[in-house]
Amino acid sequence: MEQKTNGFMGWIDARFPATETWEKHLAKYYTPKNFNFWYFFGSLAFMVLVIQILSGVFLTMFYKPDTALAFQSVEMGIMRDVEWGWLIRYFHSTGASAFFIVIYLHMFRALLYGSYKKPRELIWIFGMLIFLALMAEGFMGYLLPWGQMSFWGAQVIINLVSAIPFVGEDLGIWVRGDFVIGDATLNRFFSLHVAAIPLILVALIFVHIVALHAVGSNNPDGVEIKKNKDENGVPKDGIPFHPYYSVKDIVGVIVFLIFFSIVVFFMPEMFGYFIEHANFEPANPLKTPEHIAPVWYFTPYYSVLRAVPSIAGSAFPGVIAMGASIVVLFFLPWLDRNPVKSIRYRAGWYKILLALFVVAFVILGILGTLSPTDGRTLLAQICTVYYFAFFLLMPIYTKFEKNKPVPERVTMK
Amino acid sequence: MKKTITILLFATIAIMNMGTVLASSGGYPLAAANVNVDDKESLQRGAKVFSEYCLSCHSAKFVRFNRVATDLDMTEGEVMENLNHLGVKFGSTMTAVMTDEYAKEAFGAVPPDLSLVARSRGVDWLYTYLVSFYKDSTKTTGHNNAIFKDVGMPNIFWKQEGVKEAVYEEHDGVKTLTGLKVVEKGTMSPEEFDTMVRDLVAFLSYIGEPNQSYRKSLGIYVLIFLFIFFGVAYAMKKDYWKDVH
Repeated sequence: MEQKTNGFMGWIDARFPATETWEKHLAKYYTPKNFNFWYFFGSLAFMVLVIQILSGVFLTMFYKPDTALAFQSVEMGIMRDVEWGWLIRYFHSTGASAFFIVIYLHMFRALLYGSYKKPRELIWIFGMLIFLALMAEGFMGYLLPWGQMSFWGAQVIINLVSAIPFVGEDLGIWVRGDFVIGDATLNRFFSLHVAAIPLILVALIFVHIVALHAVGSNNPDGVEIKKNKDENGVPKDGIPFHPYYSVKDIVGVIVFLIFFSIVVFFMPEMFGYFIEHANFEPANPLKTPEHIAPVWYFTPYYSVLRAVPSIAGSAFPGVIAMGASIVVLFFLPWLDRNPVKSIRYRAGWYKILLALFVVAFVILGILGTLSPTDGRTLLAQICTVYYFAFFLLMPIYTKFEKNKPVPERVTMK
Repeated sequence: MKKTITILLFATIAIMNMGTVLASSGGYPLAAANVNVDDKESLQRGAKVFSEYCLSCHSAKFVRFNRVATDLDMTEGEVMENLNHLGVKFGSTMTAVMTDEYAKEAFGAVPPDLSLVARSRGVDWLYTYLVSFYKDSTKTTGHNNAIFKDVGMPNIFWKQEGVKEAVYEEHDGVKTLTGLKVVEKGTMSPEEFDTMVRDLVAFLSYIGEPNQSYRKSLGIYVLIFLFIFFGVAYAMKKDYWKDVH
């Protein structure tokens, strides 16, 4: 490569592609100029990751992964005796929920504007893997404070593994490292939560961004800006990520931090949704709580699980359905046969189908926090059927869509 | 679009709020505790009630005496004399006077630690619980509780509060407890008693999260900073973007 810099940066660039990387990914990474509200959530997800890693590092300094000490090390050590420990812990507990809020909105953006479609299928797949890793991270982190919900929530989820025919029992023991959730489970979850899964997450985010920067960002019009370039090879509708989107994303970050701070400083439990009330009691394997609900970000899938009737006393069909509700998302790029990306130029009835999907997903989420009744189970079943129908019938109904004409260039609506 | 998002946001918060109101009380309505953890005098009185009545059997093993002194504007002498009945070191945590072995013999179980009870149960539940004991001769303690049926804890305040009896309503053969009425006056007037219970619940709320007042006051400054920062960042964004059409 021909060298353009000299002096100090020249010395560096002869040895490390500093200027090249800076330009390729920031100063000369051309981004569509028409990003709207929904495009904040990628950078916000990255920001929450940084919050989680930094607060997590400090929490790890004071946390003790031992069933006899864990609860006290959190509720007395970190929350009372450690200087600013309470603030760091609330950052982390609020950050966990914020991560899911931001990721759900980020994923919904992809649904709105067809960001999973050719040539971005791999970005979507990497993103789904990030989502899976994040769920594992959240699930294992939730056991660590060793409160009642930590214990019983983990109990419910690990019992799902045990519902698998033939191998389930042994698999459950393998996951727990014991016949019951105990010290062995807590230690391995701690190890996975602070080392293994964060490494996987960071690696996946790296390839997610490498793939994104190779094909370029989609936009609310779903128009490929690389198709219209000027004489210098710069997309006519593109602007450099830095400084344009770096200054814009700072505004997004501050607005996010305002909401984040309102929770951290004024309602850290978020009415029992971010930190469940029962988790202020230490784990007691002999005392089952009246009502066990997973944390809110798992409840839609938990609802799917409960909606499917068990066969011969085995919850396995539900477990399959729950797994399928996430696996189906991986196939989205191939289920959607409509070549038009953005919802702006798709059929009106598709907008209604998508809106109903959001409604079904939210209802499943709410139902997952409540104890089941006959009426609620029926509602969950209707929503579950719709959830799967929305995706599985997509190859058929997207073929009949009457699209509106897609513009050549992006619009500044 | 922005309007829809705002509506969704408020709807979500409203739904979340509904969830908490449905806290388990077996259908008996919870009364609002209305406690103020910024009222140091109320907390000091609550601390005294707590150490005199609760600490006999319960512990608050995450709460240190010296921390209570600092937060409640009390001197070391006041705390050691009025609150620390076991005479442990100033920096020690609050342990029960009763030993676990004795408690098991007397009540069949060790009374729960109260450090976090305000966070696991909620202050409204605690307040309602403490004023909802009623006479029930079938129980060994002589009392039962309207929101915690067959509770093992005796009614420690019966002298002050007086004796209450349950009022039932019958619908289709199902008897439900709908209220309590005083049948024998206590040594305290109802107002005095109510203040004492609220002071106690305020103290329990304070020990549940000793930083809560500071957390909220700090939050105001954080938000002011963020709003100013927002103004600056927004102006910078506008300036950079003025040539993008």
